Amino acid sequence: MNQIQSKINSRDPAFAENREQMQSIVDDLREKLETIAKGGSERAREKHVSRGKLLPRDRIDTLLDPGSPFLEFSQLAAYDVYGEDVPAAGILTGIGTVAGQPCVIVANDATVKGGTYYPLTVKKHLRAQAVAEQNNLPCIYLVDSGGANLPRQDDVFPDREHFGRIFFNQANLSAQNIPQIAVVMGSCTAGGAYVPAMADESIMVKEQATIFLAGPPLVKAATGEEVSAEELGGAEVHCKTSGVSDHFANNDTHALQIARNSVSRLNRVKNPGLDVQKPIEPIYPPEEIYGIVPKDSRQPFDVREIIARVVDGSEFDEFKAMYGTTLVTGFARIHGYPVGIVANNGILFAESAQKGAHFIELCAQRNIPLVFLQNITGFMVGKQYEAGGIAKHGAKMVTAVATAKVPKITILIGGSFGAGNYGMCGRAYDPNFLFMWPNARISVMGGEQAAGVLAQVKKDQMAAKGEDWSEEEIAKFKQPIIDDYEHQGHPYYASARLWDDGVIDPKDTRTVLGLCLAAATHKEPEETKFGVFRM
Amino acid sequence: MIRKLLIANRGEIACRIIRTARRLGVATVAVYSDADANALHVQQADEAVHLGPAPARESYLDVDKVLAAAKRTGADAIHPGYGFLSENARFCRACDEAGIIFVGPPAGAIEAMGSKSAAKRIMEEANVPLVPGYHGTNQDPGILEGHANRIGYPVLLKAAAGGGGKGMRRVDKADDFHAALDAAKRESQNAFSDDIMLIERYVVNPRHVEIQVFCDKQGNGVYLFERDCSVQRRHQKVVEEAPAPGLPEETRKKMGEAALRAAHAIGYVGAGTVEFLLDGSGAFYFMEMNTRLQVEHPVTEMITGQDLVAWQLAVGAGEALPLEQDDLHIVGHAFEVRIYAEDPDNDFLPATGKLLRHQPPRQDQAVRVDTGVQTGDEISVHYDPMISKLIVHGRNRREALAKLDRALQQYQIAGLRHNIEFLRRVINHTAFVNGRVTTHFIEDHEQEILQQEQQLRAQQCAAIAAFLHHSETRAQHRSAPKADPFSPWHSGSNWRNGLTVWRSQKVEVHGREIEIHFSGNDEALLWRCDSAVDAQSGTISSHHGQNVAVLDGRRVNYSSVAHDGEGTVFVSGEQVDFKILPPDTGENTDAAHGLEAPMNGTIVTLLAEPGARVSKDQPLLVMEAMKMEHTLRAPADGTVNQFFCAAGELVDGGSLLIDFNAETADA
Repeated sequence: MNQIQSKINSRDPAFAENREQMQSIVDDLREKLETIAKGGSERAREKHVSRGKLLPRDRIDTLLDPGSPFLEFSQLAAYDVYGEDVPAAGILTGIGTVAGQPCVIVANDATVKGGTYYPLTVKKHLRAQAVAEQNNLPCIYLVDSGGANLPRQDDVFPDREHFGRIFFNQANLSAQNIPQIAVVMGSCTAGGAYVPAMADESIMVKEQATIFLAGPPLVKAATGEEVSAEELGGAEVHCKTSGVSDHFANNDTHALQIARNSVSRLNRVKNPGLDVQKPIEPIYPPEEIYGIVPKDSRQPFDVREIIARVVDGSEFDEFKAMYGTTLVTGFARIHGYPVGIVANNGILFAESAQKGAHFIELCAQRNIPLVFLQNITGFMVGKQYEAGGIAKHGAKMVTAVATAKVPKITILIGGSFGAGNYGMCGRAYDPNFLFMWPNARISVMGGEQAAGVLAQVKKDQMAAKGEDWSEEEIAKFKQPIIDDYEHQGHPYYASARLWDDGVIDPKDTRTVLGLCLAAATHKEPEETKFGVFRM
Repeated sequence: MIRKLLIANRGEIACRIIRTARRLGVATVAVYSDADANALHVQQADEAVHLGPAPARESYLDVDKVLAAAKRTGADAIHPGYGFLSENARFCRACDEAGIIFVGPPAGAIEAMGSKSAAKRIMEEANVPLVPGYHGTNQDPGILEGHANRIGYPVLLKAAAGGGGKGMRRVDKADDFHAALDAAKRESQNAFSDDIMLIERYVVNPRHVEIQVFCDKQGNGVYLFERDCSVQRRHQKVVEEAPAPGLPEETRKKMGEAALRAAHAIGYVGAGTVEFLLDGSGAFYFMEMNTRLQVEHPVTEMITGQDLVAWQLAVGAGEALPLEQDDLHIVGHAFEVRIYAEDPDNDFLPATGKLLRHQPPRQDQAVRVDTGVQTGDEISVHYDPMISKLIVHGRNRREALAKLDRALQQYQIAGLRHNIEFLRRVINHTAFVNGRVTTHFIEDHEQEILQQEQQLRAQQCAAIAAFLHHSETRAQHRSAPKADPFSPWHSGSNWRNGLTVWRSQKVEVHGREIEIHFSGNDEALLWRCDSAVDAQSGTISSHHGQNVAVLDGRRVNYSSVAHDGEGTVFVSGEQVDFKILPPDTGENTDAAHGLEAPMNGTIVTLLAEPGARVSKDQPLLVMEAMKMEHTLRAPADGTVNQFFCAAGELVDGGSLLIDFNAETADA
């Protein structure tokens, strides 16, 4: 194994400036996450607790094994989207261990808009199920929701990837022997009633949980029958009479205990089929990443310096080190798991794209998980490169990425622009997990370039009409476009819309990758069948 | 010369005898009951013979079985230790008849001292001072009362056949005499099948000072000075020391010579102890003679530099005493404390259970620990709950006392309640430090010694937090899949994306429920606890398996041990036991609370019929454990559905004995 020799000088003033910049970005992120973690308004939370219910984060902590990590997804979901605060989109999702078994947990937050489903709530719920399916992890639903958000029903109810898909997924996950366990801890009305009903096993909390297709007001309106919520669909009714639920719990804690018991009886044994070794910490401290990533995002940096602070023992065996040098590929271990790393070190050229395709083939052949470190402005453009077939070489890499059947994890550590995003396993390429650093940017191209393209098109149109366009006016035209791109390319904007699984502190990258790799290796290895490579 | 010695005993004394025998080249044979099959004394002996079931009368007290074991193994001598058969004249004779040396006095001497009233007559003739009293056979209550009046109140009623405080009553005035006499006779009858009573002047502010004597078959005798065993609770010695603080040389000599007269008067051979009451004026009165090696003999060994067991073996083999009186000198000062499995906060209720940790302080010339148990052993209901004896020696009393306190701080016992903290409070009490001890010491200073409010200190909270963190981490490591042993999901890191999380655990400490919060990792674990008295938060770093923690920048000794939801942490010389409280799952467990056996023991009687309605605090059953009776009472008004036990049945501590339905308010 070769150890990376870092060339970083932490006494360099630029290092200090970079670090300061990154620190302030991370501080901002942490502050936002802490605020979001509180959930709904103080009044809503007090009311929730006064009923003897646990807050959703406390429910998760109680459900998880003490000391278990919790890899939470999309904490920023719905951030600054709806013109009203919907913290975490009113639903908490993530992976944690229950009875020793990593599980996907989906917990409604009834303190946020009564736990109702906004469009992004649905998207987040579906994404959690997708994670469960792709990684073969049991699902535990902690249900406490008023169902679909009625004012937004058109964006919640009808489409393929809308509310109904939750139950479609439950059925199909169960069919793949991915256990579905529902704990009903509050209301579970209308469509929501199908979460416990579709579950393999369900638990209801006495005097808190209710399940019914129509609540008392609707029943009265429809039939004139007057009935209390508890009589209509309380835990007693469903555990004793209807059989909709299987286990009767005295309180939240009891219900979560029962859920833990259920998981302990699943009879699932993980066999990752990988050559795992005892992990060693990197020899360079992860905190130094702050000083390595340049303050100015257009400045390049050597991605090996990042790799040195992520992989076991900072040991990295590079593949084709001398060829296609703008893409760094090589083998390493993270938390003891073997990985193939594909990382950008500049614009993708034909050589780097071919090297990437070759390396991905190697990893697929050997069943080695892939880690993509994205910092890419795109593929090289220009007459020479088009003539050299940059499009077909890029296509090889995209084909390899799209069809390789090994776990893939993508981290956006800098820019993610254009087709570079595709070749480097962007969201559309179904990586098992995709996280962003808070300094990263994502858009179809850079804001400057986009403004330039649009200005050029308009200038050409004006020129055709014989009109003139002053430099001043051009700048005025370009600025809003640049601003828009900056706004929409920001990680908070991206994460709010679930283009990723979350924004992480760069120094946590190794931890996150380790958890992702461990979560992604619950499935039997699959054989890869590549598509046609255009030669 | 004795070639092979059978030790008809168990526990620390068996181990202690084996140690000397081994040093002298004498082969050893241990005997054991079912409960002791893996006991330390069995491991240490060259051979071991199984005697029978755990109850002593079917094993260690069975004369025939012990003799058969000696014959089978070819032992030429039997050392009886203390207790069990050590003062059994019939056993002593049986040994003689079998041609086996009984390491102890002749049967006649045992018998002479076996009856208190007979012993006093002999002592009177030998000019050994006695407490004024009546030792006659006429037991007419009127006659007895007349003697009490003659002697003068307060008087003490004692069972002639008694010992250990049973059948003993103090009577302060004539009006109380008959009631006390009846009670004492009843108790004596129950305990010894004999109700003959002695009456004695009750000595005010007495000290219990005893003289170690040694005699050989050649008629020589020496005394090895005194031991002050005044600190007692319920007539059970707690701290013993030698020499007796403040005892004038002249009194020492007088007592020694009186003790030797007592021994010679009964033709004594071997190690014996003559117990005296010493009053404030320096007058002393004969109490009794113990015709065996005493539990507290090591303090004498420490100040004289002699090995009393070696002396016993020499004398037993017919040799003359190795030293004469003039060769014996007191060097320095020694203490012994008895470490017991018991609960000083709960009327010294004996504790039974598994010793999860038994880690005595390091031993050297000045610190000695005599024990018969080790980590993992069970303290059972069948025998005395003594865990060990800690003996220290110093150049003077103050130095010895300081060493004793330090050694007690270093002593780590977990798994059951013990009296180490209690002993520390005793020996650090001003009156004790100043040598002002009487047999009423514990009663007189009960407030300071027993009733101490247990306070939870910050370092203890920190240690509990570290313990909880480590046990979580360990549980997480253990849950990792075999094929994926290093998975970060099982690291116990409690990692959260961008968030700091605090974990909370409710624990019961000193009978109170507290909540401890903690966050972080091995390197820096933050803790918070509102219940701590000196600080409510801090940092601790500790690496499990290492006995050091750093508490807010200060290095301290730290270790922990746990079992079944209960734990013990030791931090810088302090111990705190705690119970991890299960989360509230809303299940009604109150009804069964308090209806479990408090410890292993035997059911004496059931006091309610199944189906009976009972009121709160009504006695439901009586059980006996460690020679004491315990009553289980109704926790509330309600109904006894059934008993899960019957009279005479042996039950395990913690097992549910009664199926009880509490009446709820709305029923």
